[in-house]
Amino acid sequence: MPRTSQEYDDIPGTFVFDAERSRQGYGINMFCMSLMKEENRKAFKANEAEYLKRFALTGEQRDAILKRDYNRMLELGGNIYFTAKLGATDGHSFQHLAAVMTGSSQQDYADMMLAGGRPVEGNRSKSDKDKSARAKSRAKAKSPAKSKSIARRK
Amino acid sequence: MAKIIAGIGSSHVPAIGAALDNGKTEEPYWKRVFFGFERSKEWMAKTSPDVAIIVYNDHASAFSVEIIPTFALGCAAEFPPADEGWGPRPVPVIKGHPELAAHIAQSVILDEFDLTVVNKMEVDHGLTVPMSLLFGQRKDAWPCRVIPLAVNVVMYPPPTGHRCYMLGKAIRKAVESYPEDLKVVIFGTGGLSHQISGPRAGLINSRWDKAFLDNLSRNPKKLTRIPHVEYMREAGAEGIEMVMWLIMRGALDDKVEEVYRFYTVPASNTAVGHIILENQRKPPATTRKAAVGKRGAASRSRQAAHRADHRITG
Repeated sequence: MPRTSQEYDDIPGTFVFDAERSRQGYGINMFCMSLMKEENRKAFKANEAEYLKRFALTGEQRDAILKRDYNRMLELGGNIYFTAKLGATDGHSFQHLAAVMTGSSQQDYADMMLAGGRPVEGNRSKSDKDKSARAKSRAKAKSPAKSKSIARRK
Repeated sequence: MAKIIAGIGSSHVPAIGAALDNGKTEEPYWKRVFFGFERSKEWMAKTSPDVAIIVYNDHASAFSVEIIPTFALGCAAEFPPADEGWGPRPVPVIKGHPELAAHIAQSVILDEFDLTVVNKMEVDHGLTVPMSLLFGQRKDAWPCRVIPLAVNVVMYPPPTGHRCYMLGKAIRKAVESYPEDLKVVIFGTGGLSHQISGPRAGLINSRWDKAFLDNLSRNPKKLTRIPHVEYMREAGAEGIEMVMWLIMRGALDDKVEEVYRFYTVPASNTAVGHIILENQRKPPATTRKAAVGKRGAASRSRQAAHRADHRITG
């Protein structure tokens, strides 16, 4: 059954962990929760694919975990407080994960936060974002518009 | 009679706890954050509450996705700090107040708020970071008893702002019907604006945060009408934690005195907000009417003086 569309689906770059995703991502989140135990972290690291067989995961969910595709995990029902445990198991800081999810380098992400974070202007809704991207591309007709990236503070 | 005398709003960023526990408080990045809580610690020491009700959320520590209670009241005698993957925070075990907690549970459930009673629970940074910020780093024991109230803000939908505000009122009624003389403060924690998930991670909206703090102080009913989608859109997907501050606010008088406010960006991925609101002491009933105008003016000028001293916006 396709996902019921929701008002908040219009927020760009955001996968709201709602009751439907919670149902869908139960296996992902329970897998991540299991990594709170040292013995499980060891077993997972020793053979990732084998370890994942202990959880009810779809093929897509399994792939997303193995590829460490964090945005895809969120889309398929993972929750950030849970998937962060996978990042920690890999020895990564949260900032590293944030950089990965936002498609930027860790330094760029850190600099953006120090400069006051990502602005809400141009990031409120998908249509708002498109408008802002169009305005930008008009303003900078000569330089190529970065329409793919989420707006950032200059 | 037990009495709620003040409310405290505070962010509960995990990295703040890590900075405290790893001795980084003097680093310029963190000094900026901790500076904002120095006067709050003095205020708290002077206020010296018997009990703190701390509204917070669990972050996949005590509750996984197996059970997701909307409101869970900690009724145990003690709550150990949770191991969130780096070992438990080196802070004392949190001592509960089971008698008052049971009384609150009974009262608010009969007031139609269907709480989950939790008799065994570990508590994570959501609860312990605000405690460290307000009570300081403690080795042996915390200076007061604590009743944790864990709110689901992880899975959408969390309770509405209005529901939170009304629960605050029910909690106040419960506290005030408890026969023992106890000084009680209530914490609302989490926020302010932040998003830590997905391609939009890093979102901060200082203008929205400051308006939230202004309204929290003077016009909380306006905040109770904010729909969830607006929190998520304006303050980030995880910024929805801010609904928890409305439980704290609901437990206070309609008119409060804002005695302190602090705001800075960022701590890790989050805008740090902090506020202290005091219930005004009522003058004796016979003179109340006459005194209100004067007291209001005095309070306003005192408030302005406080602001000049205390308001540190980053």
